[in-house]
Amino acid sequence: MKTKKRLWGMWLTFILVFGINLTANAMHIMEGFLSPAWSITWGVVCVPFLIAAFVSLKKKFEKEPKSFVLLALCGAFAFVLSALKIPSLMGSCSHPTGVALGAILFGPFAMSLVSLIVLLFQAILLAHGGITTLGANNFSMGIAGPIVSFVVFKGLKKAKLSTGLSVFFAALLGDLATYVVTAVQLALAHPENGNILASLIKFLSIFALTQIPLAVCEGLVTVVVFGIIEKYGKRELKALNIFQ
Amino acid sequence: MKLWQKNIILLVIAAAICLLPLFLLKDAEFAGADGMAEEAITEIDEGYKPWFTPLSEPASGEIESLLFCVQAAAGAGVIGFILGRMTARKNENNE
Repeated sequence: MKTKKRLWGMWLTFILVFGINLTANAMHIMEGFLSPAWSITWGVVCVPFLIAAFVSLKKKFEKEPKSFVLLALCGAFAFVLSALKIPSLMGSCSHPTGVALGAILFGPFAMSLVSLIVLLFQAILLAHGGITTLGANNFSMGIAGPIVSFVVFKGLKKAKLSTGLSVFFAALLGDLATYVVTAVQLALAHPENGNILASLIKFLSIFALTQIPLAVCEGLVTVVVFGIIEKYGKRELKALNIFQ
Repeated sequence: MKLWQKNIILLVIAAAICLLPLFLLKDAEFAGADGMAEEAITEIDEGYKPWFTPLSEPASGEIESLLFCVQAAAGAGVIGFILGRMTARKNENNE
């Protein structure tokens, strides 16, 4: 009972601390730019992942309440990175997502909840992204990106690559995956004269190309933060079992 | 190499990647990728009209950048606080 109460307390603090300042702008799909059918479809697709996130986080906090500090760190990391709109070699701007760190530490599903909170508040306060496109945007940033990061990290670790390089590629590819998925979602909803592929190439050239240098940056910064956690947060890392 | 030395090198590289376009592309507009996608959609789907408009928009570009700064500052503060506490736990890290 006591742990349960503490768990809810933690959630509440988390939402309050971040909720108030959650104005992240990602280069997400704009309000009203997906038809109602697609809006609902992506929303429904997100639901099982959100439930999985809630269950897995609850389990982790019950086992090791201190790991909450690391989740707060991952959330904060995502906020900083998604607030920084960075110029790219394509002559346009975009920004990193910052969800890879959380995916590596907390598994592939946990960040869907964190990113949902980010997206919701940014849609309401900053008119970026949108309520109607919330499901689609959460699928790309909170689900597809983190799953790619998690799989890449585990795979490279298994291939005996150093932790630093594994983290770097996990963050890089996760970041890129988010924007590739965004391009696919837009292409599905807006095929050019019925041709999904033609329109996919168009959206990929806008989102994915702009994103490549930024994805490299996100990789580097994630390695920096992960290195510090690895050196000084051994206790928390052990509790999370990430190297198994 | 010590961790902090490696980290400084990595951060300098990251900063260089971010700043490079500003020097290489002097004439670029650096518009947001989402705005470009908006244009592409209107190009592909000429008749398309967004069926829902944002509930509220920041009053001006200044207010918008204020909100972004607050967001980055709050996140950076939390990161500094947590990592600071973590690195300060001497006894445990020396094992």
